[in-house]
Amino acid sequence: MGIEIRGINKNFGDFVALEDITLSVPTGQLTALLGPSGGGKSTLLRIIAGLESSDSGTIEIEGVDTTNVPAQKRNVGFVFQHYAAFKHMTVEKNIAFGLEIRKRPKDEIKERVQELLKLVHLEQWSHRLPSQLSGGQRQRMALARALAIQPTVLLLDEPFGALDAKVRKELRDWLRRLHDEMHVTTVFVTHDQEEALEVSDSLVIINEGRIEQIGTPDDLYDRPASDFVLSFLGPVTMLGDRMIRPHDIEISPYEQAAIVSGKITRWTRVGFEIRLEVTPDDVLHPNPVHVVLTRTEATALGIHEGDQVWLRPQVGADQVTS
Amino acid sequence: MASHRVRPKTAGTYVRRGIVLTYLFLLVVWPVSLIAQHTFGNGFGNLHTALTDPAVTSALRLTIYVSIWAVAINTVFGVGISLLLTRYTFPGRSILSALIDLPLSVSPVVVGLALLLAYGGTNGLFGPALNSAGFQVAFATPGIVLATTFVSLPLVIRELVPVLTEIGTDQEQAARSLGAGPWQTFRRITLPSIRWALVYGVVLSLARSLGEFGAVKIIGGNIAQQTQTATLVVEQKYQDFEQPTAYATSFLLALIAVAALVVVTVLRPKENPDGD
Repeated sequence: MGIEIRGINKNFGDFVALEDITLSVPTGQLTALLGPSGGGKSTLLRIIAGLESSDSGTIEIEGVDTTNVPAQKRNVGFVFQHYAAFKHMTVEKNIAFGLEIRKRPKDEIKERVQELLKLVHLEQWSHRLPSQLSGGQRQRMALARALAIQPTVLLLDEPFGALDAKVRKELRDWLRRLHDEMHVTTVFVTHDQEEALEVSDSLVIINEGRIEQIGTPDDLYDRPASDFVLSFLGPVTMLGDRMIRPHDIEISPYEQAAIVSGKITRWTRVGFEIRLEVTPDDVLHPNPVHVVLTRTEATALGIHEGDQVWLRPQVGADQVTS
Repeated sequence: MASHRVRPKTAGTYVRRGIVLTYLFLLVVWPVSLIAQHTFGNGFGNLHTALTDPAVTSALRLTIYVSIWAVAINTVFGVGISLLLTRYTFPGRSILSALIDLPLSVSPVVVGLALLLAYGGTNGLFGPALNSAGFQVAFATPGIVLATTFVSLPLVIRELVPVLTEIGTDQEQAARSLGAGPWQTFRRITLPSIRWALVYGVVLSLARSLGEFGAVKIIGGNIAQQTQTATLVVEQKYQDFEQPTAYATSFLLALIAVAALVVVTVLRPKENPDGD
């Protein structure tokens, strides 16, 4: 149940956009498709919505084979990165569009629109045109418009990609709360790993048209199946012959059993965080190791740029042997 | 959105304005106003003479009839071809796009001749067949409509294509995902977005149709009170030493076109409501 995707292939000319994608999205969950730009995740979402056709494979939504059903009959809510607001209609009319197309009675439309306006906090803006709204408001309107038709599944294509960092964060929290109330099966595409880790129930990592790994955010972060997943979900560095996250490295100014010893050759402070580069003494492996620690930790250790330090993985750190 | 900066006015500002205004005056305003001046040189007499001349009234009627048909046809096909050019990819699209400008670059006289070769009643390629079916094209109203449609074909399309390209397909896809079929999407989303470009294209087509001369002269044959359009009657009256009637008819032709442009300019919303 939910969305069943089987054996989807899609080529654009010579370019392989999707290769044999098989995926099942459970009902009522919030699933993120995460991956680098151009990796095929948006294409997959558009194929689920029927806005794009696949070369082969099938799509089933809640047990109904929709592979050959046109977009307007799939009952799918779609939210676009650039809002796709109907510019000549007021907020109210935008939200009512899907219901008017379905020829619902006027009273019912009015009631439903009011409900949705309240849900997305746009009550006072109902008679404005989209051009009079901010980006965040426009995207909330687009979301209300998609929810108005009571879609079987809600699909969001980089929904917060065009917004500034602060609004992004707000809308992200708000989407999560909204989903907890509505429980509509939701798939959203993003290239922002923080967004995906924070919001989703389950994560699908897509790269170069293929699924790299599927799992809960914790699964993927703690047990990455490949270097790609590890490095995509957060910063990584090489400590000896292992990939490790820079904040999982234990740094000490005193000689200790260590994998790498070296000098601090770079010191960057970003807010509470200190980012270091340690150049190993081992001339055969001269690539600098990145280490991240808080300012408080650095002060407590009493380390400074140019100091000799010893590095080893912290207890319980995730590593992948390369 | 661009802020309206007021730059200090220097001598250069006035020189530039002066050049533009003089140019426009000498090229457009002054000659056209002379037509009006000659029309009303002795009050409404000339206009009255023209409007009681059956050759003139029948020509004006024919011109308006032909223009309405040509504009209607070009509106429907213009919208269709514009959508085809901007919303679909198919082999030969760039050739089609280039072909659409052909009517603007080929002399209307050539258009008239070409249509005569295709639809001429005795020697044309399709003419005899159509004739025997009781449908005369050349030297009749259908031929004039055909020629007028041909020469004003690109105007609607050239107005619509940039607008359709700019608005993109996001809104249309959103409408589709909300359950709207192709026709509903067109009527409720696409059409309102291109409305003003379409109106402008229609007005330009109308102005062009009213003024067509060469093509209709050849395909229509310039038969008085049958296939003589308003522009042809102006030429004939001018050559027959009935200049006042020629001026009055010219004035009426210009008046219709200018009135249409003025109405559109007044109606067109001042602000640019682009929701970006």
